[in-house]
Amino acid sequence: MNTLSTATTTTPAASPAERTRLVQEFAYRMRHHILDMGEVQGQGYVGQALGASEMFAVVYADQLNFRAEDPDWTSRDRFLLSTGHYAIGHYAALAEAGIVPVAELETYGSDDSRLPMSGMATYTPGMEISGGSLGHGLGVAVGTALGLRHQGSGSRVINFMSDGELDEGSTWEAAMGAHHHGLDNLTVLVDINALQADGKTDTVLRTEPVADKWAASGWFTQRVDGNDAAALVTAFDHAADPGQRQGRPVVILCDTRIGRGVPMLETREKAHFMRIEEHEWQLCREELTAGSEGQNR
Amino acid sequence: MTTTPTTKRLKTSAMIASIAEEGQKTTPAPFGHALARAAEQNPAIVGLTADLGKYTDMHVFAQAHPDRFFQMGMAEQLLLGAAAGMAQTGLVPFASTYSVFAARRAYDFLCLDIAEPNLNVNVVGGLPGLTTGYGPSHQATEDMAIFRGMPNLTIVDPCDSVDIEQAVPQLADSEGPTYLRLLRGKVPTVLDEYDYTFELGKAKVLRGGADVVMVSSGLMTMRALAAAQELAKHHVDVAVVHAPTIKPFDAETVLREIDGDRLVLTLENHSVVGGLFETVASAVVRAGLGQRIVPVALPDEFLDAGALPTLHDRYGLSIKAVVAKVLAEL
Ligand SMILES: Cc1ncc(C[n+]2csc(CCOP(=O)(O)OP(=O)(O)O)c2C)c(N)n1
Ligand SMILES: [Mg+2]
Repeated sequence: MNTLSTATTTTPAASPAERTRLVQEFAYRMRHHILDMGEVQGQGYVGQALGASEMFAVVYADQLNFRAEDPDWTSRDRFLLSTGHYAIGHYAALAEAGIVPVAELETYGSDDSRLPMSGMATYTPGMEISGGSLGHGLGVAVGTALGLRHQGSGSRVINFMSDGELDEGSTWEAAMGAHHHGLDNLTVLVDINALQADGKTDTVLRTEPVADKWAASGWFTQRVDGNDAAALVTAFDHAADPGQRQGRPVVILCDTRIGRGVPMLETREKAHFMRIEEHEWQLCREELTAGSEGQNR
Repeated sequence: MTTTPTTKRLKTSAMIASIAEEGQKTTPAPFGHALARAAEQNPAIVGLTADLGKYTDMHVFAQAHPDRFFQMGMAEQLLLGAAAGMAQTGLVPFASTYSVFAARRAYDFLCLDIAEPNLNVNVVGGLPGLTTGYGPSHQATEDMAIFRGMPNLTIVDPCDSVDIEQAVPQLADSEGPTYLRLLRGKVPTVLDEYDYTFELGKAKVLRGGADVVMVSSGLMTMRALAAAQELAKHHVDVAVVHAPTIKPFDAETVLREIDGDRLVLTLENHSVVGGLFETVASAVVRAGLGQRIVPVALPDEFLDAGALPTLHDRYGLSIKAVVAKVLAEL
């Protein structure tokens, strides 16, 4: 289903195990890009992006129908990054997908870069919307899915959002709208990293039981370990099965670990802005590389 | 597809870039400390935030008065709706978020639940105007324009830590709703060098000058004062009138200063549409004065992302840009 013209192209017949491997490798390379970009700024949303790497990877390496050389191709699937500050993760995925040159990543967050700190459609090829004000993506995704369906397009819409965005009323207005309009061309990924700006999500606003809320709003709801590539591939396969999906919009709730892949960051005190000292970046890279070797790839 | 050359460029840095100049005297979290102090005098004061306590200095209040702090989650409509409800019960809420979210997301709730019944709710907006390089989602370039149209709402655009510390108790004591354009973190301390006290609703002449009059608010007063010193080296004598209360506006003081032959500028950290410039301009027209006014303000555009110093230069808010503008006008 993927018309990706890069080395990561999968064939429709690829086995789940093979697809999982490609997602894992894509995520691993993304993580290196994320550390490199983080080092440019010296701080930022590195922890979130490392945590969400498999979520981006399953989208770009396994699910999304796009043309790297023509990001505005009309028949593309739409991937909306609602959580603008996760742009660092999205840029890593866009680079791996061949939409943005890898060499350009080092301009991240610098003056006159096409890769601003907060993701914006006007700056970056492959960015569908401008995030930053949280809780916007899902509403726009509902309209995109409606518009595509209305015009007979078979393209799908995937909206990426954070657990903090579950606080916003606009998210739930859109969730009800998607159900009301029977948008089975819409999929939502929620990164549940259990963190927000002021602290842990359950101390900021208790949103649980999250799965019950989506299910009650009429969505086909699954909750998985968002760092488990196999589980993500399986969740998308379940969602693609009309018998399970039953014409409903799909949400995949992804429990993720901040700093995933870099043990010294996984265990660091969780903070919206993770502090990483200048001398630590290389250590982070080494830990990332060592971990991947340990996984025997 | 072009790749950008690898010359060293300035970086956007964190969500909240510091507005302090290198080596400038600063005061940490003046709003949070002032609110905590005011709350010791006034037991009705409570603090609320929408997942931005740490980023609006509300965390200082929360630590001092944990039982009077309410975390509302990242739900700005709830923040202001609930603040209205608390005020209905006799409390005096200070509710903090970023200016963009107060002005854009929660406007309806501030307008109808708070301003129409004229409740004493004090909205505290971080990142006013151009104080972050994050792009339009975080740059509240039109917050005053949005809010000036709201009846009953008092709007305060403080210059520095002195203004903020002195304003907080006055906002708590004043009837009706207020909006404070917050400066947070290490906030410059400037006005202690002048014979100045903040009075809600009053503009103050900070320094006299024979050639030019600058009418300014917010952090641009700091820049006006610095530009005035710079211009003295060019033998240009500049007066600075600080007008931190944008609404209700002290037209009397400002008109008295600008009526004459001196070159008049307004300086604001806000769009040229709907802020200080137009406030002064409408006062001038009402009084039947024919005074020309040169605005120093942000353009009527969505602004770029980037490093704050770069953007302040690009859009004319830096000291350098102000000095150049005055010299070009004279
Ligand atoms: C509407 C809106 N309100 C507030 C903010 C400020 N803000 C930026 S990130 C953030 C935390 C939101 O939670 P989440 O996205 O889960 O944060 P993370 O996991 O990245 O820590 C907040 C409150 C915002 N960007 N948009
Ligand atoms: Mg989160």
